[in-house]
Amino acid sequence: MTVEILVCVRRVPDTSENEIALNREGNDIERDDLVYSINEWDNYAVEEALQMVAKAGGNVTVVTVGGDDDEEILRREMAMGANHGVLLCDDTFEGSDGRGIATILKAFVQKGQYDLILTGAQAEDGGAQVGGMLAAMLDYPFASLVTSVEVRDGKTLKIGREIEAGNKEMNEIDLPCVLSIQTGINEPRYVGMRGIRQVASLPVPTYGATELGVEAGAVGGSGAKVKRVDYFAPPLGKGARMLEGSQEEIIDELLELVKAKGGLK
Amino acid sequence: MHPIQEPAQANYWLMQGRTLFLILDVLGVAFFGFIVAKRMTPLLRGQKDARWDRPWTRLGMLGKFWLGQWKQPRYRGAGTLHLLIFGGFILLVTRAFTVFMQGLSVNFVVPGLSGEAGRIYGIVTDYAATVVFLCIIVAIIRRLLFLPARYEVPLEHRKADTADAIFLLSQIGALMAADALLEASKAAFQTQQGQPTEFLAVLSLAWMFKGAMLSLSLPTLQNLYLGSYVLYLLTFFLLLCYRPFGIEFHVETSLFSVYFAKLDRQTIKPVRWGVSEEHLDEVKSFGVKKFEDFTWKHMLDFYSCADCGRCSDNCPAHAVGRPLSPRFLTRKAREYSFQHYPVFGRAGEGPNLIGGIYSEDEIWSCTTCGACEEECPLLIEYIDKIVDLRRGMIDDGNVPQSLQKPLKALESRGNAYGKMEKKRADWTKPKEFQLACKVPVLEGEQRADTLYFVDSITSYDDRMQAIGRATAKILDHVGENFGILGAAEKDSGHEVRRFGEETLFQALRDHNVEAIQATGVKRIVTADPHAYNALKHDYKNMPPVEHISQVIAREVKSGKIQFRPVENKNDVYTYHDPCYLGRHNQIYDDPREVLDAIPGLKRIEMDRSRDRSFCCGGGGLMLFYEPKEDQRMGVKRVQMAAEAGANVMVTACPFCMVNIEDAIKVAGLEGKMTAIDLAELAEQQMVRKTPATVEAVEVAGTQEESAGGR
Repeated sequence: MTVEILVCVRRVPDTSENEIALNREGNDIERDDLVYSINEWDNYAVEEALQMVAKAGGNVTVVTVGGDDDEEILRREMAMGANHGVLLCDDTFEGSDGRGIATILKAFVQKGQYDLILTGAQAEDGGAQVGGMLAAMLDYPFASLVTSVEVRDGKTLKIGREIEAGNKEMNEIDLPCVLSIQTGINEPRYVGMRGIRQVASLPVPTYGATELGVEAGAVGGSGAKVKRVDYFAPPLGKGARMLEGSQEEIIDELLELVKAKGGLK
Repeated sequence: MHPIQEPAQANYWLMQGRTLFLILDVLGVAFFGFIVAKRMTPLLRGQKDARWDRPWTRLGMLGKFWLGQWKQPRYRGAGTLHLLIFGGFILLVTRAFTVFMQGLSVNFVVPGLSGEAGRIYGIVTDYAATVVFLCIIVAIIRRLLFLPARYEVPLEHRKADTADAIFLLSQIGALMAADALLEASKAAFQTQQGQPTEFLAVLSLAWMFKGAMLSLSLPTLQNLYLGSYVLYLLTFFLLLCYRPFGIEFHVETSLFSVYFAKLDRQTIKPVRWGVSEEHLDEVKSFGVKKFEDFTWKHMLDFYSCADCGRCSDNCPAHAVGRPLSPRFLTRKAREYSFQHYPVFGRAGEGPNLIGGIYSEDEIWSCTTCGACEEECPLLIEYIDKIVDLRRGMIDDGNVPQSLQKPLKALESRGNAYGKMEKKRADWTKPKEFQLACKVPVLEGEQRADTLYFVDSITSYDDRMQAIGRATAKILDHVGENFGILGAAEKDSGHEVRRFGEETLFQALRDHNVEAIQATGVKRIVTADPHAYNALKHDYKNMPPVEHISQVIAREVKSGKIQFRPVENKNDVYTYHDPCYLGRHNQIYDDPREVLDAIPGLKRIEMDRSRDRSFCCGGGGLMLFYEPKEDQRMGVKRVQMAAEAGANVMVTACPFCMVNIEDAIKVAGLEGKMTAIDLAELAEQQMVRKTPATVEAVEVAGTQEESAGGR
């Protein structure tokens, strides 16, 4: 029994290595000097796929919707061990909303034979929409916030899900299905420059709208039914205060505040 | 009256002695040769290692560390004992050869040792054998009654250690006794007959035996003589052939381990010897994953380790309960090699080392402080092995989550903190500092003689930026024409290399080398010992590199830097040697000279100082690693300073500062102990040039006052 797994990934600004600031127009973040990496949740999904394939056999394909710059994360995941990387790239895809992305991915899924489709639970700059919509469009069963996966036979998986308040539930789910993977499900392996260099010569095929058979009107900015109208840092709420100064000063002030309110004795 | 019958002439059962001994000698030597050949099998399967260069330097090392036993006296008791036994053995080698030959040919004499010379040699060896015999007794008593803590063996490795040691020791004792018996029985025989007899050194073992045997009958003495010869021969070969099964093999292998010892200790071995960096991509697997990935020299080290425990006794990781003990790193590898390359039976593939005999945490626990290597009497290498094992784990993607983020940030941002490149020079931005000192960024047309290489932690860490500013002010004060790389500087990669991420290290290094060469500077100064070590030893084709403590010490001598007296005369200072300044680069005196040049500064030494300094907890990526430990190294270090009676710890490394300042809080010594960097202290005490007159006059005034007050 083998499993063919597709992992949908996305390239995002790395929140731990960037100072995120709003741009002057106030409709996006300042994107000069940003460094990007794979969305953290997606990285856990790829690791989970690799571990499943290591046990059960099969192949892992990583796919992303984006531009030439996004190939970098496909190569990183291929260096981790993914067998194939595919870039879905077309001018008409630009400005897609969550539904548009799901539409593009659905078209790609239908070109192949996948037993299992994984997405990250959410993207650092997204809204946790794509996994669920993709499942619905494919008419596949869907489980979100998955924290453990066990391959049983060729027909079902046993999965664990994180429930609010720290509880966990176990489910059986029929294949093929879509799972959105929560962080902490595993410990993703390290990939360095050497690994990426070793897969540098592997081909990463690109598919456009025509190859996928996606109607231009259904995706991209024109097809988007959700549009960003504003982007800003929320104003300070009542009673909120930003501490300023050096790290030491901030810590000292914070301690004083906590003490003053009786939190520390 | 008849002369004593020599073993060569005598009949042993049905065989003439000469024939019997020839057979025994050949068998013994052949068997030993077979065992040694088997022991060498893994070495032949090991990786290449470039150890055939610089023969004169290597012979010098042999003279100092092998024949001269240079490191032994670092442990007084055990060292003295070892020196005596070793010296005895060296003297007794010719003696053993003579005894052998006498079994084949009556009256054999080593050329050059006849007549007077032979008499003197005889006396010397009599005493040597006696001394060795006595030392063996002391060693046995010590093993049985006063076992030092460093010989302790954790439960999972519990083997008959003491029994084995005592067996070996008693074999040596038996050999010495047989030798004395051989001489004594002959002398007693000859004395009884009034024949001329070889002089036995007074109070030697042989001399005492002779005294005790004078009254025995002639046939008994004759039999004792012939019997002790056989005993000598058998003990000798038993000892010879038993040695390769345990730690005593070091008697043979140490000669080679020391000759082939690593000469360039400050840098890390290449990924594969004989493979240039351009061809590294063709290497299938990096580092050490299975036993055969070790180099032959590293395998030889495993044989040479005498299990003396000095490495682990000095290992800070071991001291704070991390799952690492250099002694067992070696020992487990030796046991692995004995098991999978047995003397009797076929060699077989063993499991991978990580998960097999080593745990991941064990290998990540090392701070590469070098205390183990400093101590090892046989110059066994540990850091290269640790780094090679880490390279193997990195190659397999087997890296703790805590290290993955900083490694990724180093790749994308050039620093482990994930801070923006353009903010690398922000430490120079505070207004008061900019008024006091100009720090130009060497870009475009901006040129300078000297580059101040700041490195990541001093550039980005709020607290450590003060060290950067102090360093800049000192350079400015002594009139140095200097600048920094600013955004063009990336992390030196010192710990990146030592954590086994060689590819990333090379990328960082290549970037920095290019950036530095573009500036055309004539020399480099840094206040970070890790950067210092990287620039000086890991990088190639760099201009001369200095640590700021060397600059300060020089300018104190030149008179450019003068210090005002310390304000609080009650403060007691102690200097903590950073590993990469001290042990790895032997800069021990410059920082101390600087401290001693500050008037009124009272300085004491901790027990563990200079080359026995105790690591603060490690720098670079080690700050991100979450070790399993009972206690922090820094806390132990701060307590050592407190015990010595100091209340100010001076160090010369930003990582030491992080660890020590944290440790002061953790140890609950806040208010009782402070830490300061040498550069900060020097800058603070420096008599300013501007506004020159005012301050100089003020200082001169206070000095006069204090002088008058005394």
